[in-house]
Amino acid sequence: MTHAGKLPLPSAPHAPARRPSGARPQWRAGSDLPDRGTAPPPPLARRITAIHLPRFAMERWQRSLARRGEAPPEDIPQALATEGPHGPVIHATNRAAEEAGVAAGARVVDMRALCPELRVEYADLAGDRAALERLTLWARRWCPWTAADLSAPAAGGAAGLVMDTTGSDHLMGGEAAMLRAMEEQLSALGISASPATAPTHGAAWALARYAPPRSLCPPEALAQWVAPLPGAALRLAPQSVLLLQRLGLGRIGDLAAVPRISLARRFSRAPLAENPLLRLDQMMGRLAEPVSAGEDPPRFAVQSRLAEPVQDPTAWLPELCRELCGGLAAAGFGARRLTVSVFRTDGEVSSVSAATARASRDPDHLCRLFEGRLERIDPGFGFDLITLAAPQVEDLRAIQTRLDRREDDGAELARLIDRLAARLGPNALRRPGPAPSHIPERAESWTMAMTRPKSATGTTPAAPRPLRLLFPPEELRVLYAVPEGPPAQFVWRRLTHRVARFAGPERIAPEWWRDRPGARLRDYYRVEDQSGRRFWIFREGILGDGRGHEPAWFLHGIFG
Amino acid sequence: MQSAPPAPKTHTQILRDLGRPERREAQATLSEVFAETVIDAAPVGFVLARLGPLGKPILWIQDRLSRRETGRPYLAGLPEGTEILHLEVSRPLDALWAMEEGLRCPSLGAVIGEIWGDPAVLDFTATKRLALRAEAHRVPAWIIRRAATAGLSAARDRWRVKSLPALPEPDDLRAPGEPLWQAERFRSRWSRTGTWVARPQATGLILEHGIAANEAPDRRQRA
Repeated sequence: MTHAGKLPLPSAPHAPARRPSGARPQWRAGSDLPDRGTAPPPPLARRITAIHLPRFAMERWQRSLARRGEAPPEDIPQALATEGPHGPVIHATNRAAEEAGVAAGARVVDMRALCPELRVEYADLAGDRAALERLTLWARRWCPWTAADLSAPAAGGAAGLVMDTTGSDHLMGGEAAMLRAMEEQLSALGISASPATAPTHGAAWALARYAPPRSLCPPEALAQWVAPLPGAALRLAPQSVLLLQRLGLGRIGDLAAVPRISLARRFSRAPLAENPLLRLDQMMGRLAEPVSAGEDPPRFAVQSRLAEPVQDPTAWLPELCRELCGGLAAAGFGARRLTVSVFRTDGEVSSVSAATARASRDPDHLCRLFEGRLERIDPGFGFDLITLAAPQVEDLRAIQTRLDRREDDGAELARLIDRLAARLGPNALRRPGPAPSHIPERAESWTMAMTRPKSATGTTPAAPRPLRLLFPPEELRVLYAVPEGPPAQFVWRRLTHRVARFAGPERIAPEWWRDRPGARLRDYYRVEDQSGRRFWIFREGILGDGRGHEPAWFLHGIFG
Repeated sequence: MQSAPPAPKTHTQILRDLGRPERREAQATLSEVFAETVIDAAPVGFVLARLGPLGKPILWIQDRLSRRETGRPYLAGLPEGTEILHLEVSRPLDALWAMEEGLRCPSLGAVIGEIWGDPAVLDFTATKRLALRAEAHRVPAWIIRRAATAGLSAARDRWRVKSLPALPEPDDLRAPGEPLWQAERFRSRWSRTGTWVARPQATGLILEHGIAANEAPDRRQRA
């Protein structure tokens, strides 16, 4: 019996622990797993691109200084530091400091001894992370499954991006051209980058950092490509790299030649970041490691690449809308939400969205939703890629509702709602409907017109209701003959109104299942003042109900 | 066989049609109502009674001051079966833009805009645009104005409305009954100007010249 069954092997998790033969095979760590009657491992069909940004933090700091007109000279050694357990630690360096021997991860005092003219500033880690997130959004211009590479935080502070470019490369003229375009466009932003493409995330990460620039690793030659790379290319923590070196396993090829069982025994309890066997399995595609890009990319999206950076997206929108609606019509869908994004030449993305009240695939209508809103897009110094996506779609079949070629009323109204809500905000347009309550202000529910109206039945009031309701009710100063009766006159907004005629009271009790325990009942009066204006006033509570002091009077509505 | 919808009429054709007296009353157009006092809801009641039963939703646009000073429309107090789409805007320019958009939509029964004061954007050109669009698409448009002066405007009918003491309630002599309004048409393109006593009915609005004084005692005289 071997220990092979105890190995953490996700490709064959329920493999039998027993082998029939007595001979003990020496499976290499780098070889494929023995065939145990299960399906063969899937071919390496994915193409993952990793982009290494070796000087991201330093370049960002230099750019921010240059924007202030204080660009630091290139030839003076410069480093960014973070707080370590024993004093500040080097986080990033410029080229001059690197040549002087300053290494990331070393203590600042040691590096000062090595290079006395070294200038040190504190690094802005949160700002770097936010900048990397923004760059990730911008990098979706090449491929929608793009994420910041956070798979190896312990293996060095240098930033990186990872993207699943399977099937995306032909849009840029093949993988070699795509990698060249990535490097060029990032260097135009002032970011030095080295991309690499490989069948797995681990291999792409390693090739981007430890191989010649723009490496393209074919799936069948994966083992040969990664064999000469050093142990640090396995995304391991520094102490594990040191351990491998002490064991004499300096290269990945050496590690792959070690019997798998002994590695598994040695590192059985090590976590992923310190486990060379798991990292090797990820690199060789035996352990799945999909690229997670946060939200799913929208199913319906079109884009237009511009030859020159421009600042006004208006002219491109009709064509994009037509193209998107063609795709929606072919699939039988209609858009409920649309987003226009522009990818700016300075590495930022800005976007503006619009929503529809019912699913639509009418290009003219969708285009008009952005009328007057494209000004809110900040184009910066111009953009060279514009995308139109429908993140939210609904089933929309072609239905004929009338025999003549007019449209039905609902569609017209929905379009009007879309236009008003797109320009003035979805909260401004509301639709009142009845609600089951007898408290006047709760007897109607104001729902957003964009949502579907709820069907609810209200209560039928016994007495007439005013045309206008004030919200909240406004307090009055009153003069009354008896505290239980209507006022003789009241002062509202500094004007005195004499009550000529009145009707009431109509008593409305609080809703004990919703109100606070101390809520008081209301006695509503319909009053007419001396010049014929009719108001709806109420007294909150009655004298001696044990729920507070003197009852207050309020004006709640105005009759026509 | 195809049947295309009829082409929309040009403004010349519409105006020629309006020259015929039998078409004038039925024609949807732009009208303006001025409130005598700000806190009076008589113009609202007058407009709703004038529109009559519609069977289609009303687009009701209020600017921020109108909404804050005079409240919002209350569904339970409106005529039975009224359906409204309420839009609250902060600038008078947005209110006018939304009215124009609404007048383009024939599924609406009417468009009512409440505009506070005398904004500079509500000029002759803006009202002319609204009037032409209302006539072209046959959607009546009403502008309710408060704290405003009756300046230059292309509204076809211009009214000034205030509350009168109500008719007495038959069962309770101390209570106000059916409302009465004093409506003054001080400018009109096709109809006569004058002052009427208006009262709502189930089918619309009744305009009368005077009303029996003992029916609606005017308390101001006695005060």
